[in-house]
Amino acid sequence: MNRSLHIILNCGVVGCLGILLALAERFLDGYSIQILNLVAINILLALSLNLIYGFTGMFSLGHAGFMAIGAYVCALLILTPDQKATLFLLEPAYPWIEAAHAPFLLAVAAGGLAAGAAALLVGIPLLRLGDDYLGIATLGFAEIVRVLANNLPRITNGALGFKGIPAYADLWWNYGWCLLGLLIVVRLLGSTTGQCLKAIRDDEIAARAMGVDAFRLKLLSFTLGAFFAGVGGGLLASLLTTIDPKMFLFTMTFNVLMMVVMGGLGSVTGSVIAGAAVTMILEWLRFVENPITVGNLTLPGIPGMRMVVFSLLLIAVILFRREGLMGTREITWERMAAWVRRGRTA
Amino acid sequence: MTIEILLQHLLNGLTLGSLYALIAIGYTMVYGILRLINFAHSEIFMLGAYFVFWGVTLFHLPWPLALFGAVVAVALVGVLVDRVAYRPLRDAPRISALISAIGVSFFLQNVAIVLFKAIPREVYRPQWLEDPLLVGGVRVLPLTLFVPIFSVLLMLGLVYVVYHTKPGLGMRAISKDIETSALMGVPVNQVIALTFGLGSALAAASGIMWALRYPQLQPVMGVIPGFKAFIAAVFGGIGSIPGAVIGGVILGFLEILIVAFFPDLAGYRDAFAFVLLIVVLLVKPTGLLGARSEEKV
Repeated sequence: MNRSLHIILNCGVVGCLGILLALAERFLDGYSIQILNLVAINILLALSLNLIYGFTGMFSLGHAGFMAIGAYVCALLILTPDQKATLFLLEPAYPWIEAAHAPFLLAVAAGGLAAGAAALLVGIPLLRLGDDYLGIATLGFAEIVRVLANNLPRITNGALGFKGIPAYADLWWNYGWCLLGLLIVVRLLGSTTGQCLKAIRDDEIAARAMGVDAFRLKLLSFTLGAFFAGVGGGLLASLLTTIDPKMFLFTMTFNVLMMVVMGGLGSVTGSVIAGAAVTMILEWLRFVENPITVGNLTLPGIPGMRMVVFSLLLIAVILFRREGLMGTREITWERMAAWVRRGRTA
Repeated sequence: MTIEILLQHLLNGLTLGSLYALIAIGYTMVYGILRLINFAHSEIFMLGAYFVFWGVTLFHLPWPLALFGAVVAVALVGVLVDRVAYRPLRDAPRISALISAIGVSFFLQNVAIVLFKAIPREVYRPQWLEDPLLVGGVRVLPLTLFVPIFSVLLMLGLVYVVYHTKPGLGMRAISKDIETSALMGVPVNQVIALTFGLGSALAAASGIMWALRYPQLQPVMGVIPGFKAFIAAVFGGIGSIPGAVIGGVILGFLEILIVAFFPDLAGYRDAFAFVLLIVVLLVKPTGLLGARSEEKV
């Protein structure tokens, strides 16, 4: 299958997505649109962690930290100075914090860049660590970010966080950023650099012996992943219109990790499918936690049940299908064409 | 700062430190044997506190019996977690077991939220732990003495098991080389189960005493002490039991003393441990007493 056909097909898919989104915006209710928005953001987050862990083999548990940085930077930039003046109740914000203002596109990008810069800063010392030590150190980083958010009231408004963040993040912005993330990650993985990343994942020592500059490439992948995590955090802040340090607990990282593991470590399409599926199931399971009324019988809601189901699901995937839904395979046009052809001859 | 207050802080540090040390031992034993960060350990700690609570309020057991029962029950939970979630993954890549551990941790936490509800609960404290004593002119809560003393007794028991019994020999052998140990006839799975049982029992004891010291039960109460104890284990040198004890005690003292001398930093209390962790990992990843391991190609 040649390149131009690929491009035509991909553009077709994007066009279809655009039409679907336009239809969704017109005909769906607010709750469904909210879920569709979360799907896009979660796909972006899953993709960014998959780049770090699934494709480069760096077990990072710091996603909530990068998201928090992105969310706070973005929120500070889109909140108007007047809003900020009323928001900072405990202590007034620094003047430069209060004056900072930017359009949404720049604010989200700035959130991503800030997260990326943080990743670069902590990545230089931390990426020397392997496996589980890297995981626990990045987890420590995320916790430090959260403690800072709690304790810098003149920048972050402390434990209160921000309310009334302008809700700019609609379907177009979210899916736009999601597609941009997909495009960049797919292009990167298809390049020689992407091959090197996978070589590092499979065996870092062997990759280094073949002349791969492992440290630089790991740093690149870590920074890029963190950038998109920051973008995801920024979009989330604008979508939910409220953020506080409690939002960025380890649970946040856990959810993203769950999507990546379920979709398949090292599969972009796996992340897309699992990102969408997990988001929807998580929302759907909310019904379990709320009281249900059947006739005149009211079943009490069971708070916490959602995560019980999900953690069991994660354990089951790890125990019985470690490669997740897709393993390292991808759904490509070639595979689909082959599948259609096979169907026709049979 | 008067001598009396300083002494109070030192005792508090010792109490907190011995609680960290008890949890850290469980982390370090499991890591030494399986190279696995047992994330579920902090939930084991939480279960210990809850089991005593239910034993006393629901079954009206006398306090010492509830304490003993809870430790045994939690040890069984620890063994069960290993059997169900870790043992099938012995031959899998290490990170798989780690993800499984994170899953178990969230599972236990949320089961606790479902069963025990997320409302914080008050803990029953026997009266004799609350009446202050006068030791050399200093007022001391018996609790601040009880915790370190009881912890030391438990640690001595553990040291006896690990260094003077046959299963302990098995543990030390497995931590050197699991495959060779199996070939030499060490019943690997049983010894690992015993390790989980012992580690969990100590974590349960720590959770129970933690609930006496900071008397409020919550399903997420284990998370922060758990992380800090793990950090203490890394700091002391992961895989080393004396290292875990030293790391735990030092971390306990550091936390109490930094907050005592620099009250402005109190809000950052939870970040000290993580900063310490990152520094240790970068400067001396083997910790104070850890053994060097070379990566074989």
